[in-house]
Amino acid sequence: MTFHVELDEPRCVASGQCAVVAPDVFDQRDDDGVAVILDESPADDLLDDVREAVAICPAAALRLVEG
Amino acid sequence: MTDTVLTDAAHPMPHITGYPAARDARCPFNPPAEVRTKTSERPVTKVQIWDGSTPWLVTRYADQHALLTDPRLSIDETLPGFPHMTRGRSETAKHTPPLITNTDAPEHTRLRRMVNMPFSVKRVEALRRSIQKIVDDLIDTMLAGNGPVDLVKALGLPVPTLVISELLGVPYDDHEFFQRNSNVTVSHTATEEEVAAASGALAGYLGELIDRKMAEPEDDVLSELAAKVTAGEMARMEAVIMGVAILIAGHETSANMISLGTLVLLQNPDQLDALRGAESPKAVAAAVEELLRYLTIVHTGVRRIALEDIAIGGEVIKAGDGVILDLSAANWDPEEFAEPDRLDLTRSARHHHAFGYGAHQCLGQTLARVELQVVYSTLYRRIPTLRLAVPPDEIEFAFEGVAYGLRSLPVTW
Ligand code: HEM
Repeated sequence: MTFHVELDEPRCVASGQCAVVAPDVFDQRDDDGVAVILDESPADDLLDDVREAVAICPAAALRLVEG
Repeated sequence: MTDTVLTDAAHPMPHITGYPAARDARCPFNPPAEVRTKTSERPVTKVQIWDGSTPWLVTRYADQHALLTDPRLSIDETLPGFPHMTRGRSETAKHTPPLITNTDAPEHTRLRRMVNMPFSVKRVEALRRSIQKIVDDLIDTMLAGNGPVDLVKALGLPVPTLVISELLGVPYDDHEFFQRNSNVTVSHTATEEEVAAASGALAGYLGELIDRKMAEPEDDVLSELAAKVTAGEMARMEAVIMGVAILIAGHETSANMISLGTLVLLQNPDQLDALRGAESPKAVAAAVEELLRYLTIVHTGVRRIALEDIAIGGEVIKAGDGVILDLSAANWDPEEFAEPDRLDLTRSARHHHAFGYGAHQCLGQTLARVELQVVYSTLYRRIPTLRLAVPPDEIEFAFEGVAYGLRSLPVTW
């Protein structure tokens, strides 16, 4: 089963929390801190971190979808 | 304030209690018992606040999680019916320009993206070494003298104040001036006039600094704000008020976490031992999250107003109703955190609401986390015999601010 990460960019408030808990998958844009996805289809061993990032995103701007 | 049940015959409101309620002096870390009862029995219910109005109080974690990302809930504090924290805040709200703290998306998103960068993960991580040095130097000074010392003055306040001064570009030598005035602005007991005078003094002070940095920019946040003013992206007044907000929000909160965290750890020696022995940064980070959850220093709720009717928790919040979300109640909601009364530094607590949730979640959270990780992983290792210098019941709590804390924490070693 594969998963990929989606970012609803207009919602992002650039809190950067995804980049704290899953630094291999997320970063922040240099000029305004908006989230950047580094790895759209993260490997299995990163999925727990990604799930946490999705859960704590204060703007509910992230989703992990199957397929 | 004590919890009064209002049963005025003309206005029968049987379930309405006063908010905020006082904590029990015997267990000052616990949210008030009547608030916790509401979490289990009436998770969405009306309360009465200082101006006599009766906004909704939302105490469950899941309900707060849903509401704080719901666009039908607004932070526009100029709307009639907004449940202001204090009289002072209700007055200043009338004259406050649009800011991150009083606007909704999309305006909030635009403003917040303008001030986010200094608090980004990379920039805050880059400060870790200088934060470590600040903490080490302050502990050196403590150890150079003889105990007892007041930990609030020796470490709690200076750490975040030195860090925020450096980050903003405000001379630390002026800290007595800005600490005194920021305390007034967040006090539940200050009068309108006192709050206006203190905010005015801070705005005047930061305005002058911003003007100076427009001419001679340095490597700090005020210079970045000054550059945005010069470029026409921000009005001067916006930059000034943003600077004031960061200065106020940035020191008392972390200071309270440092002294309260130390007190609660000294009272839980097994947890303190575990933290002292923690090898990995991950274990220290988890301990910080649990202390943030357990203490939830922003203890009188974050405030919002409904723009439309919202059905939640078996009630209907009507358009125009005020809404208070009690973060400490959510962080002590047993449905979300099993045995919430137990301080357990190994639990996974990172999804707590201590920094709020939704678009307004704390701007400085990454900075606060690094400050706390550095302090908690350094202080108790460098001073393993740290202990209270007075009996625990002589330690005085300060509950009048937006964030609760300690007036002083006499310790020795
Ligand atoms: C442990 C320390 C801290 C705690 C517990 C804390 C708590 C909070 C909470 C609960 C909110 C949400 C308010 C709401 O939703 O209405 C908030 C917002 C905010 N905090 Fe913090 N804070 C802390 C440290 C800091 C620091 C160090 C800074 C600045 C350097 C800061 C700056 C802000 C700002 C500017 C906002 C408003 C964000 C917005 O409305 O978009 N805080 N904080």
